[in-house]
Order: sequence, then C-alpha cells, then structure tokens
Amino acid sequence: MQMPELTPNLMFFGALAGLAALTGVGVVALRDPVRSALSLVLNFFMLAGLYFSLNAEFLGIAQIVVYTGAIMVLFLFVIMLLNLGGQKQSIEPRDFKVPFSLLLGFGLFALIASQLFQPLMHITKVATPSDWGSPQNLGVTLFTEYVWPFELASVLLLLGLVGSIMLAKRRF
Amino acid sequence: MEALQNLNPWLLALVRVVLIVGFLLSIVPGLIWWERRLLSWMQDRIGPNRVGPYGLLQPIADGVKLFFKEDITPSSIDRLIYFVAPAIALFPAFTLAAVLPWGPAQGAYAYLTPIADVNIGVLYMLAISSLGVYGLVLAGYGSDNKYSLLGGLRASAQLISYELAMGVSLGAIVLATGSLKITDMVVAQEGALWGLIPALQNWNLFTPFGFVAMVVFLICMVAETNRAPFDLPEAENELIAGYHTEYSSMKFAVFFMGEYAAMLVFSGVVTAVFLGGYNLLPVNWEAMNLGFMQRVNDLGAPVWFIGKSAFVFSCYVWLRATLPRLRYDQLMSLGWKSLLPIAAANLILVASWIVVTEIYGAMIGWGFLLGAMFLATLFFLAMQRSSRALESRELLLVDEAQPRTIELVDPGKAVS
Repeated sequence: MQMPELTPNLMFFGALAGLAALTGVGVVALRDPVRSALSLVLNFFMLAGLYFSLNAEFLGIAQIVVYTGAIMVLFLFVIMLLNLGGQKQSIEPRDFKVPFSLLLGFGLFALIASQLFQPLMHITKVATPSDWGSPQNLGVTLFTEYVWPFELASVLLLLGLVGSIMLAKRRF
Repeated sequence: MEALQNLNPWLLALVRVVLIVGFLLSIVPGLIWWERRLLSWMQDRIGPNRVGPYGLLQPIADGVKLFFKEDITPSSIDRLIYFVAPAIALFPAFTLAAVLPWGPAQGAYAYLTPIADVNIGVLYMLAISSLGVYGLVLAGYGSDNKYSLLGGLRASAQLISYELAMGVSLGAIVLATGSLKITDMVVAQEGALWGLIPALQNWNLFTPFGFVAMVVFLICMVAETNRAPFDLPEAENELIAGYHTEYSSMKFAVFFMGEYAAMLVFSGVVTAVFLGGYNLLPVNWEAMNLGFMQRVNDLGAPVWFIGKSAFVFSCYVWLRATLPRLRYDQLMSLGWKSLLPIAAANLILVASWIVVTEIYGAMIGWGFLLGAMFLATLFFLAMQRSSRALESRELLLVDEAQPRTIELVDPGKAVS
C-alpha cells in the first residue's frame, strides 16, 4: 500500500480527525464527568473544523452554536448542579462483559470499515465547490427540494417543545 | 494600498490580526479608567485622579499591583480546569472582533478590515459569544468553592436564556439586509432612509423593527457580558466575588481584561449592525453633492467606528450607575417572558413586511409594518396587564403613624 501525497488539506484533515478520535476516546475513558463533558466539547469543535474543511460552513457553525454553545452548557450545568465528583472504580476486575463488548465493538468497526474504507482510499482533496455549503445554497435547497421533510422536522421539534413543557409544568 | 495587495496573504492576515488584537489589548486600561471616572461623575464623586494626568495612569498602577500580588492557589482545586478557565474567558472577546469591519471595503482601509469577511458572519458572532460562558462555568467548577460554583451555575443559566433573544433579534436585521455578512449589513445601512430619502442613510436604528431589535440586543448584550444590572454570576453581596472568588493576581486580571474587551467588542457589534458602522453621520454626502465630506467620512472611518463603540461602552457604565441588580427570578422572566416574545414578534413582522413590500410595493409595506407594530404593542400591553405580576414585597422602614421615640430602659430595672 502506498502512502497518499501529503497535501495541506490532508494534513488538516488528519490533525482534526486524529484529535476528534482522541477526544472521543476521552469522553468514554475519563472518570471525572466534567472532564468527560469537556472532551465532548472539544470533539464537537473538531467536527466543526472537519465540516469547515469540507466547505460546509453553515453546518460547522450550526454545530458550534447548537451543540457547544447550548447543549453542552446545559450538560455542564446539570453535572455541576448535581455536583458529581470523580467516579469511583465501578467495574469489577474480572467482568466477562468487557472482552465481549470489545469484541462486538471491533466487529462493528470492521463491518463499517470494510464497506467504507475501499471507496475512500485515495481521496486527498475536497471535491465540493467552494460555495457548496453556504447559507444561500443550503436555504434554497431546504425550501425547494426538501421543503416537506424540513417542515416535518420543525413540527417534530415543536412537539418535543410542547411535550417538555407539559412534563415540566404539571400544574396549570 | 498596492503594497498591501501584493503582500503575502499570510502576512496580510497577520497584519490584520495584530492591528485588532494590539488595539484591544492597549485600550483595555483606558476603558477601565473611563468606566471608573464616568461612574464617579454619575455618582457625584471624583474618582481616580491622582496617578498621572486626570488619573490616566491609574490602570497601569493597578496592573503593576496585581502583577506583584501573591498568587494564591487553593489546594483542593481541579488544577487543569482552574488554570485553563481564565484563558478560555479571554478568548471569545478577541475572536469575536474578527468579523467587525472598522472601515469601508474600498479606499484607504481596503485589505485591512475586517480580519475575515466570512459569509456566516452573524452566526459566527453568536457561536463565539455563546462560548464565553465556558470560562465562567469552568472557573466556578474548578475553584472547588460553593460560591464560585453558584456563580458558574448562574452564568450558564443566564447566558443560555439571553442568547436566544439575542439571536432572534439579530435575525430580524438579517432578514431586512438579506445577508449574514456584517460588512453587507453596514453597506445596506448606507442606502436611502426608509427607501424614500436618498440624502439620508438607512441606519437600522431609524427603522421601526431595527429599533426594537436594537433595544432587545442591547439588553441581551449586557446580560451576555455579565455587567450590572445582570452581574448575578459575580454578585458580591451574595457570592463574595462569584466565579472568580478563588482567583488572585494575574489570573484575576485576565478575567477582568476579558470582560472589558468583550464589552468593547460587543459595543462594536452594535455599532456595525445598528448604528451604521464606520459612517460619521447618517447622511449620504454624495447625494448632497458634498464629495469632500464623503472623503472625510471614509478616511476617518476607524475614528468614527471607535467613537460610536465608546459611546455604547459608556451606555454600559450608565446602566451600571442607574439600575440595581435584578433578582434571579426577575432575570429569568425578563429573558424568557419579555425579550424572547418581543424579538420573535419582531422577526415575524419583518418577514411579513418583506412579503407585503414584494407584493404591494413600498408604501403599503411601510403602512402595514407600522400598523402591525402598533397592534403588536397593544397586544403585548394587554397581555402584560392580564398576566400575573411578579411577586413584589413591601417593606416598612419607618412607620409614620408610630411616635418616633426611643424608650430608654432603666438600668436598675433591667438588672432585676
């Protein structure tokens, strides 16, 4: 197998993807819930960077606004409100579930990789035009081609909103 | 400006970044001095006037003092989070300034401003300003102090609440401009006033929807930068100093610097989005055959921009001198029950105004907008009257009916 030529784009992708994977591992492996949440924040940043490098600016910035700016702040809020300390050792030393789940995890990874790896092998640069993910293009696409799924998704969001208010406010 | 054009793009970008960051870093002491002086004048005091002329060197003396203070690090902190938090608090202010245009795109300041004219300008702004809360929350968590923790908790809840109204109020301007770029917003404000008077500029402040959006944005902006009357995260009479209680010496100074830089940068955002950006006066000089004034206007662009930002910054101080701190439930109900509905109604009105203008023409469009805004105001007033008022407490300090005499206890009787 020959190594692909190192373009700046590829190096950028490699750095972002590597950090995203590392922080992803951190989310699961770190014992302190706040640190775990913070590596999720970093992970979202790396994902946003990947979106930017694929010319999907709107998606990238929406990722930061919605996930890092709002949802993760709420996560941190809840963790701090409950004042969760570092987790004590909760996994028993000889747990048959650990090797089993590792096996299943690698199996799933292999299954996905076997399908995805081959077509992605020699891609070194971005093929999308530079205004592909611009707000204008995204808006036009959403409101012409995908207008019904878009409206359905907004109805779904509204349902979620009303439902959460119903749950939170039992007394009227 | 040809020399700049031929410069290596990386070097050019570096020049732009250094200009903004250098300016922000060097202006922060001046801002602190100006706040203290203005606040003193408003409170009928003199304020710092001893160090240097007019007390101008006071912030430098304070800086030196902070620098040489003992740096106390509590023993039970979460070290990584504790040390990283001040840096995170400093970062959004400087990053936010990247999209602010402080001069026209053509002419003397071409290639210098803004640092990045991204086509998601407003969204970028909202994204970065929403990251500002991390510094506060992490400082509150990492300090391992219950007052700090409470400050961090308050900061996260407050910022989440006010971010929404802020985004929606900016959405109205985005709709009216038809672009997310901040540079486009400034250029759109140079058009004829209300589309009718070509001699004057159509600053968003002068349009009805722009005025409403600006009021909402100003309130949200004060809440986002944690300034009085929204400074609950550092409410000193309840929480000692809130999230930065455990920070001393330079780490505290970094929080302080980030706060002032963020205030100035948000003032710059108001200037660019609502106050016509780098234009001196809302007048189209060329439409009045005053080309000379147009050149003055373009050449002095940074001065006008900074001047307007300084005015908005002074409004921060004005608010701080005028209003007492809100109670926590008042803060939440102001954000969710007043600002968010007003901003959302404003957004809907602007959208329907655009549709009506497209179909029936400009005059009917303006008539529709004014009528609809009047009806919406009536509706809001009626809603407010019918809704349950916030809990209010009465406290009797001096009862006029009671005789104001002090009963002296006979010491002989008291002993028995």
